[in-house]
Amino acid sequence: MLGAQALAVGLVVALLTLLVWKLVHDEGSGIPSALARGEQPPAPAFTLPRLDRKGTLSLAELRGKAVVINFWASWCAPCKEEAPVLEAAWREHRDEGLVVLGVDFNDLRSDALGFMEREGITYPVVYDRDGALVAKYGAVGVPETFFVDRRGRLVGKRIAGAVNAREEFMRDFEEGVRLALGS
Amino acid sequence: MILLAALVAVLAVASPPTLADLEDEVVCPTCQVTLDQSNAPIADRMRAYIRERIAAGDSKEEIKAKLVEQFGPRVLAVPERRGFDLIAWLLPIGGAVLGAAVLGALAWRWSRTPGREAGPLAPELERRVEDELARFDG
Repeated sequence: MLGAQALAVGLVVALLTLLVWKLVHDEGSGIPSALARGEQPPAPAFTLPRLDRKGTLSLAELRGKAVVINFWASWCAPCKEEAPVLEAAWREHRDEGLVVLGVDFNDLRSDALGFMEREGITYPVVYDRDGALVAKYGAVGVPETFFVDRRGRLVGKRIAGAVNAREEFMRDFEEGVRLALGS
Repeated sequence: MILLAALVAVLAVASPPTLADLEDEVVCPTCQVTLDQSNAPIADRMRAYIRERIAAGDSKEEIKAKLVEQFGPRVLAVPERRGFDLIAWLLPIGGAVLGAAVLGALAWRWSRTPGREAGPLAPELERRVEDELARFDG
C-alpha cells in the first residue's frame, strides 16, 4: 500500500516538474511582458513558406536588417485599415534596410492572396499555417506588430491593434521603426 | 446484412457531401469550436470555401485534407487515425484495458484472501448473551 502511495506521489511530482519545465522553457511566451518591461529579448527564429512567391523565408536571412513583423489575416477589418501604413513604411525605409514582413495566419490562402492584391501589398508575406510563430511571439490576435533591430533583438513596443488605430499606436509604430533601424 | 452495409458504404462515398456533413467535423481556428457553432468571420469564410469545394465535386475527405493543408491538423474536431494523433485513439482504449486488468487482478486477489474467522466469545460476554436470550424467551 505504501509503495502505491509513493508511486502516486512520484507521478504527481513528475507531472508538476514537467509543467514547470514547460512554462520556463516555452520560447517566446514571455515576449509581450518582456517588451512591456522595456527589455529587448531575442526575436524567436522561424522559417515559413512565403505567400508572395515560392519558397521559404527565415528570420536568419534578414539578419542585419530592421524588420517590422506584422501578424494579419484577410478577414480582419483593422488589418485592412493599417495595410497602407505598412506598405508606405516599407516603401519609405526599404533603402535604409527596413523589411516589413507580413505573417498571415488563421486564413484561407486564396483569401490572403486576394487581400494582398486588393491592398497593393508588395512587402514579403509568409504563412503561419499552424499558428506556431504566433505562439512563439505571444501574439493573441490580429493585427499585432513587433519590431526587430539589426542585431535580431525585439525593440520598442508590441502594438496589439491596427498601427493607425490611435495616435498612441502611430507614435509607437514610428518609434519602433526608428529603434529597429537604429537611427 | 453484409451486402446492405456495403451498399450503404458505397452510397455514402458516391453521394456528394453537404455542408452539414463537414460543419461538425471542422473547427474554427480562432474560436476553437466547430463551424456549426461559430459565427466568427473565418468560420463564415470556411463555410463558403466548403460550399465551393462541394460544388467543384470534392469528396468530404478531399475537402478536409485541403483544410488541413491550410490550417494544420488543429482544424479537425476529431484527430486523424494515423501518426502522432493515433495516440488520442489508442490511449483511452489502452487506459480502459489497463483499468479492467487492474480491477480484475484486485478482484481475484480479494476473492482468494481468507476471511477473518469469528473467534469464541469472552466468557463474560457469552454469559450476557445467554441471559439476554433467556429473558427474551421468557
